[in-house]
Amino acid sequence: MNTNTMKKDALKLRVRPEFERDLVDASTIGAAEIPLTPLQRLRNNTAFRRGAILVMMALIWQGYALWLNNPLLFPTFSDTVTVMVRDFINGELLGRVMTSMKVLIIGYVIGVALAAVLTTLAVASRLGSDVLATLTAMFNPLPAIALLPLALIWFGLGMWSLVFVLVHGVLWAIALNTNSGFRSVPETLRMSGRNYGLTGVRYVVLILIPAAFPSILTGLKIGWAFAWRTLIAAELVFGVSSRSGGLGWYIFEAREELNTSSVFAGLLTVIVIGLLVESVLFRAIEVRTVQKWGMQR
Amino acid sequence: MSDKDDLVLDVSGVTLQYKTPQYLVTATYRVNLEVHQSDRFVLLGPSGCGKSTLLKAIGGFMEPVEGTISLRGRPVTKPGPDRMMVFQEFEQLMPWKTVLGNVKFPMLASGRFKGRDAHERALAAIDKVRLTKFTDVYPHMLSGGMKMRVAIARAMAMEPDILLMDEPFAALDALTRRKMQDELLALWEQVRFTMLFVTHSIEEAIVIGSRIMLLSPHPGRVRAELNSPGPHGDEAEISHLSKHIHDLLFGHELSARRPAGVA
Ligand SMILES: Nc1ncnc2c1ncn2[C@@H]1O[C@H](COP(=O)(O)OP(=O)(O)O)[C@@H](O)[C@H]1O
Ligand SMILES: [Mg+2]
Repeated sequence: MNTNTMKKDALKLRVRPEFERDLVDASTIGAAEIPLTPLQRLRNNTAFRRGAILVMMALIWQGYALWLNNPLLFPTFSDTVTVMVRDFINGELLGRVMTSMKVLIIGYVIGVALAAVLTTLAVASRLGSDVLATLTAMFNPLPAIALLPLALIWFGLGMWSLVFVLVHGVLWAIALNTNSGFRSVPETLRMSGRNYGLTGVRYVVLILIPAAFPSILTGLKIGWAFAWRTLIAAELVFGVSSRSGGLGWYIFEAREELNTSSVFAGLLTVIVIGLLVESVLFRAIEVRTVQKWGMQR
Repeated sequence: MSDKDDLVLDVSGVTLQYKTPQYLVTATYRVNLEVHQSDRFVLLGPSGCGKSTLLKAIGGFMEPVEGTISLRGRPVTKPGPDRMMVFQEFEQLMPWKTVLGNVKFPMLASGRFKGRDAHERALAAIDKVRLTKFTDVYPHMLSGGMKMRVAIARAMAMEPDILLMDEPFAALDALTRRKMQDELLALWEQVRFTMLFVTHSIEEAIVIGSRIMLLSPHPGRVRAELNSPGPHGDEAEISHLSKHIHDLLFGHELSARRPAGVA
């Protein structure tokens, strides 16, 4: 045998035997699931993990404040919570929260409603879409607080000035997101909707809004964060002259009295409410909608 | 029944154009076609020859620049539930509704069927496409073939005058596509709905169609209209038809090279 044919043999694919077989019995596979231990299950629980992080942070806060030992600069976590609970029970903090929440909800609802109208018009006509594009380009970069002086001139000292500023803070974020959500609704889904004879508001409500819901939800979340931030900031400026302020005013007042643990309690309340809305309310909406529908992981 | 009585769809002299900022695209040019009751009418042509555009116009989404489209004698002016469309894309299902919700939605939205009646019709349609086990499942948990079956059930449940299907199986794998073709034919055997089915596959056209219209490449013009023996035709007849279609679409020189599929 010369080297040439040997090379050829080596290159030839090895022929492996064919086979057919009866299927392995797989009926017991269902019973093979091993239940997770309670510890494993706990570690898989997002709420538990995040809660644990919060507890850690509270402990670090407490430790640092104790070590610093200067309650005027940095009160302990326990002091802050004590003040917070006290003021909630005696109604002061609760009343402030209620005042803020009322303004916030009015402003938010008006903002959402206006955003709905604007984006519906934008979907319905090219003029509407140009109007929306121009308005958002103009007003979105304008900080809400910058409108406060104007609001005071127009609406005077009172709730409606705050509402005006809030609406501005909420409207553009939601309109922008909703509009981009509407634009990215797949063509076949749009055509399906119109195929069933849907037009106008029914088309928007039954097809576009659910189809664009992930973007709308993002807009609502951003709008909420803007609104909450804007409100507290506006109250800090505004509360000085009004006396009937909300949470922002509570914080401002506490600073005037050099009552640092109350300042902390006010800030902590702002954070807690923000967290609750974000991770309880919006989270619940997310789980029941976009996640259930497989539109978002 | 006379020939005119069972005329469902009448497209005559239809020219369709797209106006883009740069130029004017003519998608189809003076197309005539007649679809009769219980036809399995197939539009066959290479990609880009204007099949989807023609279907869109019949759906009422686009106005012809020339010619007329009428459904049972009424001119088509806007989209409506008397012409149910099934698309290739899985996105046509509403992800926020379950299988049942999807099938019921057009009935309720159009007001064609209501309440209990709509519910029962939806269940029956879902049963017909063998998805009863998945009635309350959301579309994202279904396979491609199952999604397509939902879309078909949804369209059929409306009992439209005509079903407009735009390459409904093109996004499926070959095995599933085969199965779906058989299922569609089985459904047709039961219900005898009228359908206009678009495809770019010669093989699929012969399997699905009772009558096949060939469109020329861009801009789409009518090349021929042929009868198909359907799935039960004998092999010689089918391969003869297949070759004939090749010749019509590509001329003789290409037919030896490309056994099946236009594009
Ligand atoms: N929205 C559109 N705007 C401009 N041209 C288009 C549009 N849709 C399709 N066309 C053009 O029209 C022609 C026909 O397209 P189409 O009907 O989608 O073909 P087919 O469905 O047969 O593949 C193609 O040349 C395509 O480029
Ligand atoms: Mg097409």
